[in-house]
Amino acid sequence: MNAEMRPKHVGSRVPRREDPRLLTGEGRFVADLMGPGTLHLAIRRSEHGHARIMRIGTEAAAAMPGVVAVVTASGLAGALQPVHATSRMPRYQATATRALAEGKLRYVGEPVAAVLATSRYLAEDAAEMIEVEAEPLPELSDPEAAALPDAPVLNPGTSSNILVERVFGRGAVEEVLMGAAVRVGGRFRFRRKAPVAIEPRACLAEVEKGSGRLTLHSSTQVPGILRDALSEALDLPGHLIRVVAPDVGGGFGGKASLYPEELLVCALARRFRKTIGWIADRLEDLVSTSHGFDEIVDAELGLDADGGLAALTAEILGDVGAGSIYPWTAALEPVQVASFLPGPYRLPAYRGSVRAVATSKAPTGPYRGVGRPIAAFVMERLMDMAAARLGLDPVEIRRRNLIRPEEFPYKIGSGIVWDRSGFHESLEAACKAGGYAALREEQAKLRAEGRKVGVGIACYAELTGIGSRISAAPGMPINTGTETARIELDSTGAVTARFGVASHGQGLETTLAQVIADELGARLQDIHIVQGDSAAVPHGTGTYASRSAVLAGGAATLAARTLRAKVTEAAAHLLEASPGDLEAHDSRVMVAGTDRGLSFREVARAVYSEMGRFPRDARPELEASETYDPYFGTTASATHLAVVEVDPGTYGVRLLRYVVAEDCGKMINPMVVDGQVHGGVAQGIGAALLEEVVYDERSQIVTASLVDYSIPTAAEIPRMLVHHVESGPAPTLGGFRGMGEGGTIGAPAAIANALSDALGISVQELPATAERLFRATNL
Amino acid sequence: MTTIRLTVNGEQHEAEAEPRMLLSDFLRGPLGLTGTHVGCEHGVCGACTILLDGASVRSCLCLAVQADGCTVETVEALGTPAALSPLQEAFRAHHALQCGFCTPGMLMTATDMLRNHPLTTEEEVREALSGNLCRCTGYQHIVDAVMAVARTRA
Repeated sequence: MNAEMRPKHVGSRVPRREDPRLLTGEGRFVADLMGPGTLHLAIRRSEHGHARIMRIGTEAAAAMPGVVAVVTASGLAGALQPVHATSRMPRYQATATRALAEGKLRYVGEPVAAVLATSRYLAEDAAEMIEVEAEPLPELSDPEAAALPDAPVLNPGTSSNILVERVFGRGAVEEVLMGAAVRVGGRFRFRRKAPVAIEPRACLAEVEKGSGRLTLHSSTQVPGILRDALSEALDLPGHLIRVVAPDVGGGFGGKASLYPEELLVCALARRFRKTIGWIADRLEDLVSTSHGFDEIVDAELGLDADGGLAALTAEILGDVGAGSIYPWTAALEPVQVASFLPGPYRLPAYRGSVRAVATSKAPTGPYRGVGRPIAAFVMERLMDMAAARLGLDPVEIRRRNLIRPEEFPYKIGSGIVWDRSGFHESLEAACKAGGYAALREEQAKLRAEGRKVGVGIACYAELTGIGSRISAAPGMPINTGTETARIELDSTGAVTARFGVASHGQGLETTLAQVIADELGARLQDIHIVQGDSAAVPHGTGTYASRSAVLAGGAATLAARTLRAKVTEAAAHLLEASPGDLEAHDSRVMVAGTDRGLSFREVARAVYSEMGRFPRDARPELEASETYDPYFGTTASATHLAVVEVDPGTYGVRLLRYVVAEDCGKMINPMVVDGQVHGGVAQGIGAALLEEVVYDERSQIVTASLVDYSIPTAAEIPRMLVHHVESGPAPTLGGFRGMGEGGTIGAPAAIANALSDALGISVQELPATAERLFRATNL
Repeated sequence: MTTIRLTVNGEQHEAEAEPRMLLSDFLRGPLGLTGTHVGCEHGVCGACTILLDGASVRSCLCLAVQADGCTVETVEALGTPAALSPLQEAFRAHHALQCGFCTPGMLMTATDMLRNHPLTTEEEVREALSGNLCRCTGYQHIVDAVMAVARTRA
């Protein structure tokens, strides 16, 4: 069989290698590492939205059974430096990430004091006995009020609550808008969400007594970022700190930042020379894990008489919570809304102005989709509003405005450049798969029977696998644009490949092995993937921003090719053949077209163990380390089609059909891709219909349980039809495009459009709860 | 402290626990069975689902003392990494898990439902699984896996 005809691992539905341990309860999550002798940390959190700390009484807590220590900020002096998420962005005000509050309380749930005790039960008992006396200050619950010049300032060291202010755009927006044949617009409100990974955050720090070496096991997406931040905060060289993300029970962005609890367990493990663990309960997770999607957008779109887009203007106000989360900054989400608002459309004039405003709520951070679910919601509603005014079908107005294949690369008004992506192909594929024309006929029939059925379309584009040209968070001064792979063939012929990424459900142990198997010519079972460990490579960040398939897949390709050349060279010497006549497959190097060859094991044995097989000065090194930088990144895009029915009595919503047509380039494992789309859509459905973190006017969070913050179950999620489009080769190595977030980006917009269509209203606030739908329809 | 005697996965166990200790913590701590996961500790997410005298229950809503004299089955009873049970095999074949944290509870609920209900339609399967939250999969592949096993019983 020649090389082209041999079956490839990339593109195959390879069963996941993670599954056997996870299916049998043999996975190792952080909470599973809390062995006997571990001291448990419990945290006393702020009950105030905004207050000045007057006194923290710890005596009663310290006297409780099993308590080893009670710690406040003053007790940590000298042990930890605060960490600041800095930015290159002008008009940015940095705020500190601290282990425990100092001076002021800024949100309900902010850590105030900590208890170390011999069990979690005893630690929590004692935490309740800590007396926190605080003088209430005016809460900043409404982001518009917090942005006013005379508002009380939440963060010491800042001059106002506006942490970032920025304007993007091109063209004479006002002039074009004034001259537009049709103008549509209004206020759009996307309400705050919680990521809700089913595993709550947890971390455990241990110090090797002999060397003083610190290991932090954390349920995190970003072990490399944490290692580097801890090195600064603890003033320790990196070789004394290792951050390990073992099995991680979901992240969705909520585990992609540095948290106070991680600083605390590290500082305390060093002080007490004990293993110290913390496991969040669900209440803590809901009040302290970064929230997302809390945006107000005032937008107006102008079109010509044929439905061609002319100009778009938007004022974006991000309610970012108490301050910047490390390392992403408070700019992350609101700036991304402005960056992606023009979407996949030809739009000559655009202006997006952004303000990120601090409020007395939990800090916001990355959540699956970051900014783009809001951008797509606003833009796709505007497209439907415009279509209705012009008497155009929603599909037709999109056909007229989507960037055409010959127009790529296309720079949108915010400066982002789309490379060739299947914008039109996805729209047509979704309509075909969903039976759009027949759907409209069926809808007319059902409507005649009095049923409230609606069809919604949403198109979006996103930038994935972002390289070093720009940071994954705007203005953030850390490099998220490269990924290193180190691959070695050991003396038994087995392959170990190390990466800086950190899988938390994506199946990277399988997909990266698939890439290496093809590029190196090794059997899957001979390849071991090391990830989720800051010690794996000199610099790594982790898994977020739809980057791992593109960046780690690219690095794996490069390193595997280099190693393959080395193994082939060594085999050529042993076989007395020309390297050009050899090919590697199934962990063997063969003389092409013959049955002569050597297994990787035989090559490795000759290189490492059999003395004298190679000349002294020509001993092969069977390892390779390569770094991949996609520089710009690559476009991924999709069209979502949703069919909904609203119960006219209860305003309950049922999803009747859901179709996704998406272009993620070449798929490594189609089964994994489908799973990512399904999961993303489910989160988008939750965001559209159910999920809302609610703070009252005193900044008290009233949705701190899974009863009050409700996420979709199997009964609310419809069967999804996923159609893959491959418009052309992606500019990335391997041809992969990122696709971990897309489902969440398209779904809220498609559902908002479908609900608007069903009820003859304009849904401009999400989640579209039954109450909001009733009010919009009747009041 | 109270002494609790119970049968877990066919083996007799005896251990001490405070009266307030949750059954989930008892299984994970004194008994060392960390396959049962704790996701919310207030009875919503279902990650801690086990079978108590044959019925699926939230182990975070039971006290360990309530399980005295009872028979408990946890995910560790189903199969091993080298020899998965048919339900576990179906989960793997259908890619019914991503992060794997909700999976043990999902498997135990499905075990109960498959033992006691016909599960002939997709709607029934979705209803049967609606007490277990998964944030990764969008449920579709889980539903497919359970339906595949349900069909083999016919």
